[in-house]
Amino acid sequence: MDSLVEVSRMQFAFTALIHFIFVPLTLGLSFLLVIMETVYVITGKEIYRDMTQFWGKLFGINFAMGVTTGLTMEFQFGTNWAYYSHYVGDVFGVPLAIEGMMAFFLESTFVGLFFVGWKRLTKYQHLTVTFLVAIGSNMSALWILIANGWMQNPVGAVFNPETMRMELSSFSALIFNPVAQAKFVHTVSAGYVTGSTFVLAISAWYLLKGQHIEFAKRSFAVAAGFGLAAIMSAIILGDESGYTLGDVQKAKLAAMEAEWETESAPASLTLFGLPDQEAMETHYAIRIPYLLGLIATRSIDEPVEGLKDIIERNERRIARGMIAYGALQRFHDSGGQDKEALVVIRKYEADLGYGLLLRRYTDNVEDASEEQIHQAALASVPRVAPLFFSFRIMVACGFLLLLTYLLAAWNVYRNAFYKKPWLLRLAFWSLPLPWICVELGWFVAEYGRQPWTISGILPTWLSTSSLSASSVYTSLAAFVIFYLALTAVEMYLMFKYARKGPSLLKAH
Amino acid sequence: MFEYETLKVIWWALVGFLLIGFIITDGFDLGVGALLRWIGHTDEERRVILNCVGPTWDGNQVWLVLGAGAIFAAWPQIYASAFSILYPAMLAALFALFFRPTGFEYRSKLASRHWRNFWDWGLTVGGVVPTLVFGVAFGILLTGLPFHFDREMRVVIDAGIVESISAFSLLSGLVAVAMVMMHGAAFLNTKTCAVIQQRARKAMKIAAIMLMFLFALAGVWVSVGLSGHIISQIGDVNSALAPTAKSVTLAAGGWMDNYSRMPWMVVAPIVVFVAAIMVILLSKRPVLAFLASGVSLAGVILTAGFALFPFMLPSMTYPDHGLTVWDASSSEYSLALMLLATILFMPLIIAYTSWVYRVLRGPIRVEDVRRNDYGMY
Ligand code: HDD
Ligand code: HEM
Ligand code: HEM
Repeated sequence: MDSLVEVSRMQFAFTALIHFIFVPLTLGLSFLLVIMETVYVITGKEIYRDMTQFWGKLFGINFAMGVTTGLTMEFQFGTNWAYYSHYVGDVFGVPLAIEGMMAFFLESTFVGLFFVGWKRLTKYQHLTVTFLVAIGSNMSALWILIANGWMQNPVGAVFNPETMRMELSSFSALIFNPVAQAKFVHTVSAGYVTGSTFVLAISAWYLLKGQHIEFAKRSFAVAAGFGLAAIMSAIILGDESGYTLGDVQKAKLAAMEAEWETESAPASLTLFGLPDQEAMETHYAIRIPYLLGLIATRSIDEPVEGLKDIIERNERRIARGMIAYGALQRFHDSGGQDKEALVVIRKYEADLGYGLLLRRYTDNVEDASEEQIHQAALASVPRVAPLFFSFRIMVACGFLLLLTYLLAAWNVYRNAFYKKPWLLRLAFWSLPLPWICVELGWFVAEYGRQPWTISGILPTWLSTSSLSASSVYTSLAAFVIFYLALTAVEMYLMFKYARKGPSLLKAH
Repeated sequence: MFEYETLKVIWWALVGFLLIGFIITDGFDLGVGALLRWIGHTDEERRVILNCVGPTWDGNQVWLVLGAGAIFAAWPQIYASAFSILYPAMLAALFALFFRPTGFEYRSKLASRHWRNFWDWGLTVGGVVPTLVFGVAFGILLTGLPFHFDREMRVVIDAGIVESISAFSLLSGLVAVAMVMMHGAAFLNTKTCAVIQQRARKAMKIAAIMLMFLFALAGVWVSVGLSGHIISQIGDVNSALAPTAKSVTLAAGGWMDNYSRMPWMVVAPIVVFVAAIMVILLSKRPVLAFLASGVSLAGVILTAGFALFPFMLPSMTYPDHGLTVWDASSSEYSLALMLLATILFMPLIIAYTSWVYRVLRGPIRVEDVRRNDYGMY
């Protein structure tokens, strides 16, 4: 079973990370298209229409892959995470279905009209269509992040022992989940940064080569302005606000920061070091006093809990979870008649998930040994080193982007940017940074949630389908081959069309 | 708002509605993909065909996405079981579907003949394979899937995919292919002229005849060759039930039970034939023929749905564990909530989709493709 879980995780992570190569570009470019087309409609300057059409072509090439890889995501909960789908479908399925109705229909119905509607629609109608595509893709981000936010901080749901699953109890708690809100703002900002950087870098490249000057100057300026706002939003409205909530989020924070011990408030920030999971300490740590406490709790008197304390507390929760699990078994063996068992379940319900953690080590959770409980508790927090480093790289790339945008925007303001090759080169070479950020960001968010798929409720180890590991290995191999081939095709077309530049519009 | 029991039936009907929405909209672009190489002989002809569906196929496909999402939300155990038990088939459909967004968008972006030929094949595969898989899956619903549930309500798969597929389900797959071929050709009939339209008409008539023949064959098979599932004992259907707590008996020809108890249901299969004949007779009135084709397809879905009710996913190894309308749904709260969302959004979706089709009305000609405007596929 271990290898089935491993390979299912690998497949999900691979397909999700590839999906998220294309998603942020769609999110960002769609709004940039709205901005450019709005300028066209207001000023009537044709160059802005050409800009909309040219960047729109690249948008279309990217969008196709977003849809292709998105389909996989929609299927995969059922194919590979069947127990997960059963256990939380009542809650998780709701935002997903609403996403389909509210977002996918909007973006997908109008995206075709964006391309073929230029002659059939009035200017205002066409602008509306473009706007609806952008709204649609952002709505889709909203609802999927509500779903994903619920996995990080599962509010508004209760366990039903009859049907053996979580059921939705409060829709408003689901959609106003603070973790989901924070994630939405951070992730769409990240998308806008990605879109802007794409336009900025390619425009800088034209300027460096002395091609399409007027076109590139205007594109650069639009991207610099929008991008500066977006990167500030991504950094300032980062995700910290979610970390005071929920024990699993606390464990994630502690792991990201390699906080082994609870320090008296305000905690110091470990800038760099080598985390060692076995010894539970960080070698060669460089620490800045007070900073972590300030960032994480926004206060000077709240401590940031360390991993050792979290593990100790989880050990007690696992013991209580065993009681809940035992009662649940009695309840089912009695065919739902044992009302006494029901009372016990209700009393220890909050820790049922922690009892389920033991399923990885024994089939008889009620009789788990001390050793097994301890093992489960040690594995109840994520591994530190991958999170520690990924997080730092994301933040470093984020600040590099901030620097780029500050310089770019300042020079646009002074109308000097196109004369400064160093700036154009900086802008060009920042092209990969947003993708590094978004991929690592998702890694931190998802890997940091381990060993849970639903924080504190459903362990990853239990979430899979009853498939053989070999069939998932086969499908993973097929995904790797297909996705890499299709992504290569996409990149080839992207380069080809970017190289043609706006002159490709004349060819038609 | 409604009783839990009523909500369950409403959601059964809504999933049927989504399936019909899917087959009527996405059905024709799957069919167009499947027919692309046969109706379009030259590159220009193929581009004409692609441009008939190019701007709208993506919106149509959302019916599929939403179908999966709605089953996930309203019938989570069905989504989990069906998708995981049929793992290899579902993935085959998925991989074939990959060729559609990329095929439509990338095919005409390079001039190379090999490149275009490759994507034309891709679109053919992307039209035929998913249709075949979904059709076979529908057939499997009538023979039952090999599964049961353990104590933790985890679905356990009792046999491989090969054991699940019978000659009957393959027949059902062919019915589905005939359906989308007829529908795709009927759509091309409305959007093209001259020689392409001639070929589309011919394909449409052949597919309509195939559909009637295969559908009749399947009907006979179900009534004499398959055993149906009948619930003999179940708890209060107005409450939350676990799918393991009922008793089910098997009876030869049992899927005809509903039809003999509620004879009005016979309308569904009759409609399939009447409408398919109309498709043939009205082939010179393209819009009417297309509508008739849609009605015929809806009839096929309804025929199967009526036969199965209240079953949604019968189990062939543990009939008692089969999933039904009564014991596989989400909670009352989730069902009510999503019903509200559907009432709110569905009319809107239908309204703006119709507007888009209205803007795009009118035939596509070879000259249009030659002009090569911005956004031509
Ligand atoms: C933050 C944004 C975001 C995230 C986290 C995800 N997606 Fe996504 N998805 C989008 C944002 C998006 C998008 C921007 O709306 C896309 C990308 C390009 C596109 O065509 O739409 C899209 C496309 C897309 C499609 C195709 C829709 C169509 O046909 O138009 C599906 C079915 C999914 N996604 C499903 C998922 C699932 C099940 C996810 C979770 C596991 C997921 N996406 C994560
Ligand atoms: C709402 C959207 C998402 C949901 C519901 C979701 C859910 C899941 C699930 C069920 C798993 C497998 C179980 C597990 O290992 O925890 C997982 C793992 C993972 N996901 Fe997500 N995911 C979402 C979006 C994404 C996106 C967009 C990315 C990245 C681009 C991503 C990155 C990952 C990674 C890297 C893993 C592997 C973590 C690991 O198993 O170690 N996820 N996620
Ligand atoms: C520089 C300061 C930044 C900080 C402090 C920061 C903080 C974080 C944190 C803590 C997470 C994990 C969220 C979770 O556990 O749920 C995260 C995730 C993420 N980050 Fe960042 N981030 C920064 C910059 C960026 C930039 C510049 C981008 C992209 C351009 C980005 C993109 C993402 C994405 C896509 C995710 C995953 C989605 C999510 O969980 O919200 N981040 N970020």
